[in-house]
Amino acid sequence: MQLISGRSVVVSNKKMTFWEKIYLPAVLNGMRITFSHLFRKKATIRYPEVKREFAEIYRGQHVLKRDEEGRERCTACGLCAVACPAEAITMIAAERKPGEESLYREEKYASVYEINMLRCIFCGLCEEACPKEAIFLTKRIVPSDFERDGFIYGKDKLVEPLDPLKRIDVSKRETKEVLEFKKDKSKRHNQ
Amino acid sequence: MRVTIDDITVDVEEGTTILTAARKIGGKIVPPAMCWYSKLKGSGGKCRTCLVKVAQSSAKDPRPMPKLVASCSTPVQDGMVVQNITSPEVLEARKAIVEFLLINHPLDCPVCDQAGECDLQDLSFLHGMVETRSEEPRREFPAIDIGDKIKLNMNRCILCYRCVFTADQITGKRVHGVLYRGDAPEISTYIQNVIDNDFSGNVIDVCPVGALTDRTFRFKSRVWFLNAMDAHRDCTHCGGKVTAWMYGNEIYRITGRKDKYGEVEEFICNECRFEKKNFSDWIIEGPRKISRESVISANHYEKLIKPSIIHPIEGTTEKQE
Repeated sequence: MQLISGRSVVVSNKKMTFWEKIYLPAVLNGMRITFSHLFRKKATIRYPEVKREFAEIYRGQHVLKRDEEGRERCTACGLCAVACPAEAITMIAAERKPGEESLYREEKYASVYEINMLRCIFCGLCEEACPKEAIFLTKRIVPSDFERDGFIYGKDKLVEPLDPLKRIDVSKRETKEVLEFKKDKSKRHNQ
Repeated sequence: MRVTIDDITVDVEEGTTILTAARKIGGKIVPPAMCWYSKLKGSGGKCRTCLVKVAQSSAKDPRPMPKLVASCSTPVQDGMVVQNITSPEVLEARKAIVEFLLINHPLDCPVCDQAGECDLQDLSFLHGMVETRSEEPRREFPAIDIGDKIKLNMNRCILCYRCVFTADQITGKRVHGVLYRGDAPEISTYIQNVIDNDFSGNVIDVCPVGALTDRTFRFKSRVWFLNAMDAHRDCTHCGGKVTAWMYGNEIYRITGRKDKYGEVEEFICNECRFEKKNFSDWIIEGPRKISRESVISANHYEKLIKPSIIHPIEGTTEKQE
């Protein structure tokens, strides 16, 4: 019978020679390969002590930015949530009260903002959708946890600290096009 | 009367406007309308977004009209030939109109409750340009409450006068209007007068932008996170046919049922709109059909089609329920 693939091999019951019968050369050859691997460069690193170098635009844990005066930029417009392909983002909006102008930038703000890090696929579409430059992905890794609840990050974990020294720098993520867009006077209404 | 709009010919009755004739054809050739409202007498002619070119006035007088005309207030004549999207002149003019409408608009869509169902947003997305050329400061007004149910953001108003006509024709007694003239007009009430008529909530539905919004829904959610459901109840004031905007079993807001041109099918009363927010108040009929292009349909899986299974032996196809 002609097989379509044409790759069939006829099995032979050929007798082994004496050298093949004692198996020793084959075993030794195997050991040689095993021990030669000991002297090769390791593929792994000792993680918490040693850290890999990340690209400047690595997409890790999110941050909710504050502006220069320390006010939260997020206005709970919901565009990140509707752009999210994994439906990981939820939010509840609230109205800014008189006297809270130093806390929130716009008259509406997110009173609850949650990202489910188990659902998140770190695609960065939320960052792209944000009209207020509020959400950015950073170089930080989301740490592991024992409980599933621990992966639902609220505003306590996402909003960057008020202290200007502890702010999270995202200036490297702004591409040349973004910087040009910001300079363009005729598009200022979009900012 | 025979009228040709963008090479499509339609028979209409005498006295119909070009816009109504275009809506009879439907589709992409319908001019957008920001101020004209089919259910309000006297509306139209203010925003100029519906401008079209008349290439031939009538069968008797084949000359074109000298200028672009507002299709919402121009009646058709027999043998009229109209160009809307086939005329580059019209598209150019419409782009300019959008620019004019946006001169004083704050573009605070991320904050505005109307975002997602806003006519001005759709219009500027389709016809507008990315840049702004005006360097002058925009007009600014503080947001005020008209009564405890309606919020007025004068910044966003495009002065379409729809709410004025609604108050005149639907509620009977009007307590708000447009003050001042020229480049300084604004919607206002007579010395913070409260609008408390039974049907006053309809000004929210007719407003094409986010100038008049529902205070009971203020910042509660975004429209695209909610499911629009047709619902009804026995109401003594109105027909009681509404759209309930739901999240799970919670009703976030009630509006009139809007058709594809953003016009309500039936005006509803304030009791239905503002006070009946319990799931038990309403009989839910089913999901409302909303255009696929709308952001409201984003991430909604309306109809689930399961694959049919072919029986391995009999070869018959059985539909999975």
